Parts: sequence; structure tokens; C-alpha cells
Amino acid sequence: MDIKEIMKPENQVKAKSKLLTDVPMHYCPGCSHGVVHKLIAEVIEEMGIQENTVAVSPVGCAVFAYNYIDIDWHEAAHGRAPAVATGIKRLQPDKFVFTYQGDGDLAAIGTAETIHACNRGENFTIIFINNGIYGMTGGQMAPTTLEGMKTSTSPQGRDVSMAGFPLKIADMVAPLDGMRYVTRQSVHTPTAVRKAKKAIRKAFENQKDNKGGSLVEIVSTCNAGWKMTPAKANEWLVDNMFPAYPIGDLKNV
Amino acid sequence: MKEDIRLLKGNEAIAMAAIRCGCDGYFGYPITPQSEIMETLMAEQPWEDTGMVVLQAESEVAAINMVYGGAGCGKKVMTSSSSPGISLKQEGISYIAGAELPCLIVNVVRGGPGLGTIQPSQADYFQAVKGGGHGDYKLIVLAPNSVQEMADFVDLGFELGFKYRNPVMILSDGIIGQMMERVVLPPQKKRLTEAEIEEKYLWATTGKKNNRKQNVITSLELDSESMEANNLRFQEKYQVMQEEEVRYEEYMSDDADYMLVAFGSCARICHKAVELAREQGIKVGLLRPITLFPFPKKQIAELAENKKGFLTVEMNAGQMVEDVRLAVCGKKPVEFFGRLGGIVPTPDEVLEALKTKVVQ
Ligand SMILES: Cc1ncc(C[n+]2csc(CCOP(=O)(O)OP(=O)(O)O)c2C)c(N)n1
Repeated sequence: MDIKEIMKPENQVKAKSKLLTDVPMHYCPGCSHGVVHKLIAEVIEEMGIQENTVAVSPVGCAVFAYNYIDIDWHEAAHGRAPAVATGIKRLQPDKFVFTYQGDGDLAAIGTAETIHACNRGENFTIIFINNGIYGMTGGQMAPTTLEGMKTSTSPQGRDVSMAGFPLKIADMVAPLDGMRYVTRQSVHTPTAVRKAKKAIRKAFENQKDNKGGSLVEIVSTCNAGWKMTPAKANEWLVDNMFPAYPIGDLKNV
Repeated sequence: MKEDIRLLKGNEAIAMAAIRCGCDGYFGYPITPQSEIMETLMAEQPWEDTGMVVLQAESEVAAINMVYGGAGCGKKVMTSSSSPGISLKQEGISYIAGAELPCLIVNVVRGGPGLGTIQPSQADYFQAVKGGGHGDYKLIVLAPNSVQEMADFVDLGFELGFKYRNPVMILSDGIIGQMMERVVLPPQKKRLTEAEIEEKYLWATTGKKNNRKQNVITSLELDSESMEANNLRFQEKYQVMQEEEVRYEEYMSDDADYMLVAFGSCARICHKAVELAREQGIKVGLLRPITLFPFPKKQIAELAENKKGFLTVEMNAGQMVEDVRLAVCGKKPVEFFGRLGGIVPTPDEVLEALKTKVVQ
């Protein structure tokens, strides 16, 4: 990408969201988590709902999300965030509630909680970071790991005859009647970041009229886990992740 | 005001008492012998009048995590299950204990291990009083022996839970859950309003208002010094419970030579065994722990001074007897009699065991 394109006025950071704390993020340089945190903080600030938001952090790299976004949080057990959020939203229906989950958390150990919260049409937002790997525990295979992709527990590359196929959770929940908005986004370019922010905003706005659940999948990089430079990881994302996880809305009703 | 007297199953009494005590939410998953709890709640439709939420979860794992979510909001929330389901909840219970949240968990125990039997048992004693899940934590454990106590312990459980910010378990069994008895239901209490919760429970995730710090419900602490400090704080809390919350009942113990020790439905059977023994001139008394944690160890230690021996009676292979032995501390013989697999001991069997194992 040309530096002139990056320096366009709409790409310039004018201010940091007031909701982002000054705690230095522990994420690796190049990781998508930090960018998504920033978008969520901006959306909450722009909507003026800081006083009315309760979030659920996962077990995974984002376990400490509560240190970075200055709102009320619950830290859930691995995979259970949608159940925790169900408890919060059912008992405080006037609050904006969201979960923030990785692919191991949401698509492996927490598949049941994810599917059933979506099927019940729980009126909260799921932010799903799909980086195709278990980041926090050191780069093991995730359900979303691509065929042939090398991880520490698939050192020869994912063998689908042994480990099954990449799990496409967004495709699975989109047909559920409880779901209203299911979209796949990314944050690898300024344009993508802007689109992702719009999607997150929409998913939050949807909570106002209680017509079903919203899930925003962010197809992400994990350059440390993928063992690539951040720039190379962005390329690899486009060439390999996007064909398996195409960007765009899966449902919007 | 006129008393509200009903004829109810223990499980139904739990449900009715939950609505009456101003419970905010129940999350459960069906399992025998406790399914009447959620069935009664669904039939009563409390969301129509008190606003209480009742939700059938996709699993016990989900149910306890819904409780974790609700409890963090400062709400009075509960779940119930029976043994296999309670095993599934253990990770969640550990998180709730670690995050220091109040909640109520009802275990209507059935025989195990594994899928076991749907018949009554007390085989989950260790799981309930020694922690159950991972990490050093304790639940406050209440053991009802009647339908009335099933009802009464719901309110008591929430009171203790909020007092100590700790999960509370009602450890019942298939007999107490299924049997019908007369029960006086408590009057309807009001649920707390959002404003009352915000004022009372400063830790609750009610939304970060400008004038306060963010509230974070978590059991995570990666710094070892801080994690040790957290653990020490928990242990101090359990110590206070041990000093202030022990509840028990004695029956004919003043002049007794020998003591039976039993909880829950076994205590009902032992009550009868005391009478049978006394008809035969054997002076026996009964100590019934009502709180299994904190355990009435001081009271048992005192009894050990002037009684000749103890017989602990349980519907398991001998679990509470270990705590009785710790309290008696070798001063007097402590014997055990139990039936397993869902078999309920008879008063005659207890008397026979007393004669052969304890009475010289
Ligand atoms: C019950 C349980 N099992 C396993 C773990 C270990 N664990 C922590 S994070 C994690 C995987 C996280 O991967 P993912 O959800 O993809 O998030 P990422 O770190 O990539 O953001 C695992 C397996 C745990 N904490 N709890």
C-alpha cells in the first residue's frame, strides 16, 4: 500500500477513545486484537453507552480486555462467555451486552453455548476473533485452522482426515431463526477497519429493539502464532484465510 | 397475616420459596430427581408478577455460567441439579467462589458414580464440603431434613451468600426432594430494584457510571503475591464462617451414652432409631449437622468428652464420618454405618449397627 493512501485524512487518528485506558496492551505487534478493542471502545463512546454496557471477556489472548476498555466486565471461563452474557442480559435487559471471544473459545470448547445463545436469539453482540489458531497457549491447532496449516499441534499441517475440517461458525449460526445479523469482517487495511467498525456499531444498535442476536466475526491475523512478520501475515490472511472465510454479510434482517 | 400452608414436594417447596424470597433468576437443566424445581417455576410463571427470570439452559455447564453472569450483576440467582449435573457445574462454581459472588446451588443427590441411579444418596458429601472444583475454596453447605427446611434454606442460603459473597449449596437428596410434607411458605419479599442494587452492592456490574471505577468480575490474578493474598482472604472468610455460622440440632443428647451423627434424610431415620434404642434401654442421642460446611466440629469435640462412642450413619461409603473422626480426635471410637447405591437404611438396621459396632 502506498504511504499517500495511508495518510488520507479519513485514516488519520485524531484522538484516542476516552474509553481506552492507558494500560499498555500485552498483544504482540501486528495482532488484530488491539485494533478491534479500539473499534469497540470508539463505538461505545460514540453511542454514549459507557454507563450502560457490560462486557464478557474470554479465556484466550483477550482475557485481559477489561484492562483496556473502561467499562464493567465479567471474565468468563473458557468458552462460556455466551452463557455468562445470557445471565447478564436476561437480568439487566436494558444494558448493552457483548462477548469478545477467540476461535478456540467460541468454536471449540464453547460451541454449545454459542449455538444455543444464537438459537435463543439472545439480544447481545458476539465479537468473534477468528485467527485460525490458539494464540494464548502458544499456537496450537484451532477448529478454524485451515487445511494444511502448520501449528504446534499440527506440525505437518492440518490433516483433515485426522483433525476434521475448518469449522465455519458464522455459516452455522446465520440460518438460525434467533439471529438477525451475522457478518464477517477484517481489520487488515484502513478500509477494512472502517467497515468492521460500521459492522460493530450495527451489531450494538441492534440491541436497542431486541429482534435477535448479532455476531461479528473478524477474520484476523496472529502473526506470532503463524510465525510471520505482521506485513506477511496480512498477505497470508488475504491469500489463505479469506477464501475459506469470505468477507461480507451472511445475514442482515 | 394468615399463614400460607401447603402440601408440597421438597422440590416444589424450593421453587415456591425461591419466588417468595425475591429471587431474580433461575437457570437449570432437567435431571431426576429434581426436575420439579424448574417445572414448578415454569408453571408458576413468576416473570408475570415478581419479574423473576426462569430459563431452561442447554446444559448444566451453561446454567452455572448464566448464574455467574447474573450473580456478577448483584442479582439473587440460583440453579439446581442432581449429582451428574452438579459434577458438570464444578468449573463454574470454582469461578464463582474465586470471583467472590453470592449464589445458590441446589443438589438433590442421587446415587453414583457415573450415571448411577436415580434413587436417593448422600454420596456427594465430599464434593460439596471439600471444594468440589479446582482450587482452595469452600461452599457454605446447608443440609435440610424436611420439606419445610427445603423452603427455609432458600432464603437463608441467599442471606448467607450475600453476607459472605460466597456460593451456597443446599445438599439435599432424592428423598427430601420427592417426599410431600406440610410446609409453611414465607410471605412474598420484593425483589431489589436496580437502584437498590447499585447502592447496596458496589462491586456489581451495573454499568460504569462516571463517578466510579469500572467493576470487573474475575477470578484471574497472574501475580503470585496477589493471588496468595486473595487466597488468604478467602481462608479468613471461611474461618469466620466456621466461628459464626455453624448450625446443628441435638436430640436426646443430654443423658446419652452414645451418639448418632447423621445429616439430611438419614437424620430422620436416626431420630427413629434413637427412640427404638431407648425403648430397649440404650441411651442414645443424635447430633444432626445442619451446616455441613462449616461443620459443627467444636460441638462434636465437646460431646467426645463425655460420650462413650459415636456412630455416623450416611447413605454413602463413609464420608462425613471422616470429619466426625477429625473432631473426636481419637478420644472415643467413631464407627460408621451406611447403605449405598440408592438404598435407604432402616431404623432397625441403624439400631443393629449401633449395638454391634458401638455399644459395649
Ligand atoms: C477449561 C480450559 N481448558 C483449556 C484452557 C487453556 N486455554 C487457555 S486459552 C486457550 C485457547 C485460546 O485460543 P482462542 O480462543 O483461539 O483465542 P486467542 O488466544 O487465539 O485469542 C486454551 C486452550 C483453559 N484456560 N481452560
